[in-house]
Amino acid sequence: MSTIDHSDIAAPAVTSGPEQTHLRAGFIPLVDAAVLIAAAELGFAAREGLTLDLVRDVSWANIRDRLAFRQFDVAHMLSPMPIAAMLELGSNPSPTIAPFALGRGGNAITLSVRLFEAMQALTGLADDASALDCAKALSRVIAARERDGERPLTLGMTYPYSSHNYELRYWLAAGGIDPDRGVRLQVVPPPMTSDALSAGAIDGFCVGAPWNMIASEKGVGRIVATKHDIWASSPEKVLGMRPDWADRNRDSVLRLIRVLDLAARWCDDPANRGALADILAQAAYVGAPAEIIRHVLAGQFALDAKGNRRAVPNYFVFHGAEANCPSRAQALWVYSQMVRWGQVDYSSEAAAMAASAFRSDLYAAALGLSERPREEAVADPFIDGRSFDPADLEAYVQSFGAPNQGATA
Amino acid sequence: MSHFDLAILVIDENAVRAAIIEDGLREAGHVHVTVVHTVNGIARVIEATRPDVIIIDIENPNRDMMEHLFQLTRSVSRPIAMFVDRSDSASIEAAVEAGVSAYTVDGLKKERVKPILDMAVIRFNAFSRLQRELADAKSALEDRKVIERAKGILMKLRNLNEEEAYALMRQTAMNEKKKMAEIAQSVVTAAGLLM
Repeated sequence: MSTIDHSDIAAPAVTSGPEQTHLRAGFIPLVDAAVLIAAAELGFAAREGLTLDLVRDVSWANIRDRLAFRQFDVAHMLSPMPIAAMLELGSNPSPTIAPFALGRGGNAITLSVRLFEAMQALTGLADDASALDCAKALSRVIAARERDGERPLTLGMTYPYSSHNYELRYWLAAGGIDPDRGVRLQVVPPPMTSDALSAGAIDGFCVGAPWNMIASEKGVGRIVATKHDIWASSPEKVLGMRPDWADRNRDSVLRLIRVLDLAARWCDDPANRGALADILAQAAYVGAPAEIIRHVLAGQFALDAKGNRRAVPNYFVFHGAEANCPSRAQALWVYSQMVRWGQVDYSSEAAAMAASAFRSDLYAAALGLSERPREEAVADPFIDGRSFDPADLEAYVQSFGAPNQGATA
Repeated sequence: MSHFDLAILVIDENAVRAAIIEDGLREAGHVHVTVVHTVNGIARVIEATRPDVIIIDIENPNRDMMEHLFQLTRSVSRPIAMFVDRSDSASIEAAVEAGVSAYTVDGLKKERVKPILDMAVIRFNAFSRLQRELADAKSALEDRKVIERAKGILMKLRNLNEEEAYALMRQTAMNEKKKMAEIAQSVVTAAGLLM
């Protein structure tokens, strides 16, 4: 790892001494790594005197461990990962902060075509039924299966501390399904989801793009809900780093935030979406057909292989609507879901630790925002009609009832 | 209880590498070694073998599934955590570099686990070396084949004997600072276009 003296580079150095400007960044091949990939690929990093080496990895556990063991300086992470790390959850917790959110959107819930047809047959569910109606129909199918003594349904998600886990659970619960008793949840690596669905190993899944679309285009899956339907403000991926490293390399961190800000603006511009799809399609990055990625970026959903389509405006937001600011409210919402599902107990100290994972102060400092960005940007409605007020977290957590004991996934 | 009594579970989709690790562990005196090549049904394997140490290939995307499983099993009976001795960064680095990740039962003394991990690292590296050597040998063979073909083409087109054809290619490679196989490949490609 090389360090160069960047005293001759325009922006003023905040700290003395040479900082690291050659950064190794881990990522998982997903469309929501777009901002990081664009930053490296399109020369945004070089503008701030940084070099970004992207390293593709295969699992979130690897991303976590390689960041902890200093093989990565920064990493594309699931937004709940830094929060879990600060709460010392999981098998190798190591302090992690997120000063930048890589955007919103991209997740969806897909069920097998067979299961969707069973829902339609039992409840008369329409082809264009809402996400909530789909969850309610699934609930009735599950009740019928229980009566008939059939095996419980298995649904895939990506990681115990993932937006997918919490979104899938939120959707199931909104439909009246207990995620720990009504179904079996299992981790399935996203690239394997469509094969697992067609082989009948799972009955549905919640993962990021482009995997839902790939399953629906193949005719094995039916998309029943998008992240947007569940809670549009929910954070997706973030840029994670070790807090001690960020302290030692504060100037580089601020530069990196500016780099990512530029890259995020570029990714958000509809005029660049075609070029972005071509970059992401490369085998070194996502390695999926450019055509599918183009549709995914545009929120043009093929719901199934029969030609049912749906357009989701702002399905992917890389920059607009404060999508890059890792807000305290989002961290606290993730924490509320960890409590709801029995992963951690509620305490005001733990809530403060969870909130400390998202560093909007660094985001604001890098971009010269005079004050912290709006913290209470949680006006978006939830699928079940609830609202979330981070100022009254304890009441919000209690409103879900007692956590499912012994069900920690 | 010595560390040889620990139950070790090796999960590796690569059967050859798994065998190399298993051999190493057995040679070192470990008797409770279980090897599986797939994570399908791994929950039952863990229930049956009750491993103290789990070694899993870092390139296995199913590591995330294991993380989930550990969360589920923790509440039942087996607390399992990543083997982390943060003070020993060299051995962590060696493990990650080699592609080994490991989990151990929480509370197990690191002196008992370290020899097992060290062994896994050595064997993973040995396997990578074998693979590299095999790849090198394959590409050397390919190079030789293309050089032979180019030599034949030059002999025929330029009316050279074998030695002269070889010398011509070697001289050209030196002049152009290229590998002889690259020059040979150009000759073969050009001949394909021209003849």
